[in-house]
Amino acid sequence: MTADVLTPLLSGVPLVLGLLGLLLTNRRTAATLGIAGAAIALAITVLLLALVDDPIRVTTDWVAFGDYHVTLGYGLGPAALYVALAVTVVALCVQVYSVAYLHDDQRYAPYAAQVSLFTGAMLLVVSANDLILLLIGWEVMGACSYLLIGHDRRLPEAPAAAVKAFVVTRVGDVGFLLGIAWLGVSQGTFEIDRITEAPTVALLLILAGVAGKSAQFPLHTWLPDAMAGPTPISALIHAATMVAAGVFVVFRLFPLFAGSPAALAVLGVMAAVTLLLGALTATAQDDLKRVLAWSTVSQIGYMTAALAVGSPAAALFHLLSHAAFKALLFLAAGAVIHALGTNSLTHMGGLRRHMPVTFWSFVIGLGALAGVPPLSGFWSKENVLVAAAHAIEGDGPAPVWAGWVVYVAALAGVAITAWYATRLLLRTFFGRSRSEQWSVGFDDARYDVPPGPPHDPPRAMRWPLIVLAVPALLAGFAAFLPAFRAALELESPHLSVSIVLPLLLTAVGIANAWWLWHSAPGHDPVRELGRARPLLAAGFRIDQLQHLLVVRPTRALATAVLRVDERVVDAAVEGTGTTATRLGAALATVHRTALPRAAVAVFAGVLVLGAVAAIVGAAA
Amino acid sequence: MTLLLQILLVAVVAIPVAGAAVVALMPASRDRGARVVATVFAAAGLVAALVLVLWPYLRGVGGDPTLGPWAEIDAAWVPALGVDFHLGVDGLSAPLVVLTALLTLLCCAYTVWKVPAGGSGRTLAGLLLILEAGILGTFLALDLVLFFVFFEVVLLPMYAVIAGWGGPDRRRAARKFVLYTLFGSVLLLLGVFTVVVAAGTGDMLALAGGFGLSHTTQYVAFALFAVAFAVKAPLWPLHSWLPDAHTEAPTVGSVILAGVLLKMGTYGLIRVGVGVAPEGAVWASPVLGILAVAAILVGSLVCLRQTELKRLIAYSSVSHMGFVLLGIATHTVTGLQAALIGNIAHGVITGLLFFLAGAIKDRTHTGALADLGGLRETAPRLAGLLGFAAIASLGLPGLAGFWGEAFAVVAAVERGGALWTTLAVLAALGGALTAVYFLRLLRRVTHGPASPAVTGVPAISRPEWWAWSPLVLLALAVGLVPALALTGTLDPLAALTGALR
Repeated sequence: MTADVLTPLLSGVPLVLGLLGLLLTNRRTAATLGIAGAAIALAITVLLLALVDDPIRVTTDWVAFGDYHVTLGYGLGPAALYVALAVTVVALCVQVYSVAYLHDDQRYAPYAAQVSLFTGAMLLVVSANDLILLLIGWEVMGACSYLLIGHDRRLPEAPAAAVKAFVVTRVGDVGFLLGIAWLGVSQGTFEIDRITEAPTVALLLILAGVAGKSAQFPLHTWLPDAMAGPTPISALIHAATMVAAGVFVVFRLFPLFAGSPAALAVLGVMAAVTLLLGALTATAQDDLKRVLAWSTVSQIGYMTAALAVGSPAAALFHLLSHAAFKALLFLAAGAVIHALGTNSLTHMGGLRRHMPVTFWSFVIGLGALAGVPPLSGFWSKENVLVAAAHAIEGDGPAPVWAGWVVYVAALAGVAITAWYATRLLLRTFFGRSRSEQWSVGFDDARYDVPPGPPHDPPRAMRWPLIVLAVPALLAGFAAFLPAFRAALELESPHLSVSIVLPLLLTAVGIANAWWLWHSAPGHDPVRELGRARPLLAAGFRIDQLQHLLVVRPTRALATAVLRVDERVVDAAVEGTGTTATRLGAALATVHRTALPRAAVAVFAGVLVLGAVAAIVGAAA
Repeated sequence: MTLLLQILLVAVVAIPVAGAAVVALMPASRDRGARVVATVFAAAGLVAALVLVLWPYLRGVGGDPTLGPWAEIDAAWVPALGVDFHLGVDGLSAPLVVLTALLTLLCCAYTVWKVPAGGSGRTLAGLLLILEAGILGTFLALDLVLFFVFFEVVLLPMYAVIAGWGGPDRRRAARKFVLYTLFGSVLLLLGVFTVVVAAGTGDMLALAGGFGLSHTTQYVAFALFAVAFAVKAPLWPLHSWLPDAHTEAPTVGSVILAGVLLKMGTYGLIRVGVGVAPEGAVWASPVLGILAVAAILVGSLVCLRQTELKRLIAYSSVSHMGFVLLGIATHTVTGLQAALIGNIAHGVITGLLFFLAGAIKDRTHTGALADLGGLRETAPRLAGLLGFAAIASLGLPGLAGFWGEAFAVVAAVERGGALWTTLAVLAALGGALTAVYFLRLLRRVTHGPASPAVTGVPAISRPEWWAWSPLVLLALAVGLVPALALTGTLDPLAALTGALR
């Protein structure tokens, strides 16, 4: 009973508060509503986790189109509740953090409301049991990401980045909508737990949507540009919402995917490419946030890789630990940007002494990212690798070759991740300060930098860091809790020989980056990449490729269609009009002719008519 | 009770006519007073329409709303020709009746506040009421000839509204509108008499499901109906009157035109085309489907290259009506219901968009996208509303526009086969293009630094809030409770399409 009421409220409360908040202008009320929305959702999640053991299912009829019934159907298993927990904790941290981070932003009120809507939409995806309901959350998230990425009025690139985020994910959603339609039509229902089997085509179409939302190759291009949004938004998008949604949907539909090796193979290749692409590109970025953005692309690749090799539990475990450490990293990055007024690594260095809280946040976050034991990322990544190793042995729904592709890519990714994480830490917090002037013009949040050395952020920004550092540090040990393992259907952690290889690769990555940094003080290890550097920095130039292959042809087509519409379709209509007018004018001219000619015409007419009458009369 | 309902039914059409007469009789010096009177009559019309439509739910009597018309009046009109004055309201027409009455009220109220340059506000308000009567009659008519008569009543007042209060090129646009739609009307007349002569009756309830008309008659009749309604809807390639008419029409004209006038085409296609000639509808459905998808794609691609605000919204109407027509073309209950809710959603959202576009043009004196920009810096509320309307129009789930578009695609997938699957894919791609052009519009108009044109624009006035907020709320309400537009449509539609199963 309690669960029946609480489940719809989980997403309903933040959504309603978000909608109300859009009407506000008052800063204080907006902050209260925003924080209340996230806090209530968190409380509901905790209550549900504490009170409910069995999966919750609440269904109300909503509307019917012909034979297809759309329900307001909610379904929350224990695994989904853990995702909801991650979402609400991160959302609450982001809301609190934003109060300080945007403390002099004129448009803070709609911003806080949009964060609420964003959170509610993600919770709707997490709790929906009806594909159409899920689609609503899915798309509302896209719209919120658009609004929030375009929030900053002083960044010239922000509007374009916002449009790109919405459009690229929307292109994927063409597939998502068609996939849902296909599933619904073939099964006669949109309720997820009543769909028992799915044609591979429908699953592939859904994967297109997943690629868009979860920033998988080739639809990952929007994510790095989305850094134009305020930093707390990056934390929200990268950690708990948006990009996690795609992984979660595959997790939710995994029984269907398990029946289609072809779909899993496609997912595996996509994951492997994304994972390496993201990691390699992250090595060569100079922008603090962009390093983290590309690392997200790569880490989501690990999650989809786990799904591809048939281990949804490992995927979800990595999703949870990633949510913790990536939110921590972004909020900490916000603290750095807040203190320095720049995103550029070139201007950073030696911040360790000035910003201890931020520094330790980064150490924990980057350590977890690189998979250093015993931080959270180590355990979850380990799970992914074990799952891939299993797939190689052929026990699992995925083809063996796909297992190999995933395994090799994941191992390579481990070393590369360790390398760029180390570089980031060293460049930002160690060595000498590379900037004489601490307060440079802000290109993120408007903030008056007090003169003097940088310092840790104010309390409202510091506390979320500390709160998030706990799960980033310890979440891995959850794998030892039977209740957590049962919820995710996770295998118990087994520290066998198989962990030696990834650990070794992590150590190699860290050591190599440290050695390059140490041997040439003041130099960026990225110089060692040589001629590959510009290519990597540009993300393998996929943006340009996309522009060349999609954007320009579409524009050309649009121009051509406009011309045809104006010069053929409309011209035919106008032509009919002018021709009729001209014919009329010609006839009028004929009728206005001078008397002799008119008389001749009249007589000729009489003659013709008489002749006709005579012939007809003769014939009769 | 039946008598009361019949009185109500006639009142819904008669109140606007009476209002127009009263307004016409008022002296020209009382211009503002006349506009207020028109608004009062429009409000009375809305109340009557609401009572009529909600009757089965209010009283629990008057018939089951899911079965046929719950209010009906059938009186002999021209007995010699077998033409009856036959009106009725059922699930198909009810939402459109309310939408028409609501939009007319909003437009009349808007006219009290602001009269576009060109003529007296009194006349404009009177014309709006006559328009309302014609449109409501079209939606309520259950006799083919009566339907045709009401269909025609709308033409000249709309011509006058565009030609009298429009933009600089108004006369040409109005002429194009009236000649083009007259061409459609001639075909409609031919179709009506083809059916009436063959069947010996014009009663649309009796005719529903084919009435034993021969194949050839049905094919010919549907072809005539389809072209006639395609002009009104409009369906590509018979759409080119629309952008000109919208660009030149005054704000209230555009709102009525996009909001409800176009719906006469799609409603007619369902009620008259599919209803009277179902075999013809099945026969023509591939062609109609292909043209509908062509409309979606052409409309959105042209929008990508549009440089004028109102023209862009007009072309987006072509694309949206393409989704509605695709739903009709699938000839499934799913598709027809998608078309009905698509109709309502488009009326609400595009009505709002034209109100906003008009407000922006009135304030900045330009509609060129190149001259606008940075609206959110100088008029954040207006920019926010424009953003809401654009996002609703691009079919964001949870708002009204989503249901019609998504389920038109579902219906096409349901039809199956290579052709309809391709059409579904292309229509879904059109949905993505819709997002692209609306975001382009927002980026041009609201983002970036404030351009000189938008500097110092006045904030949204109170009358404007009054005129717009019902539409904002409806866009949200229909999105969250789609049953608002769909209750009571299942059985009438099953009756229309079921004849062939």
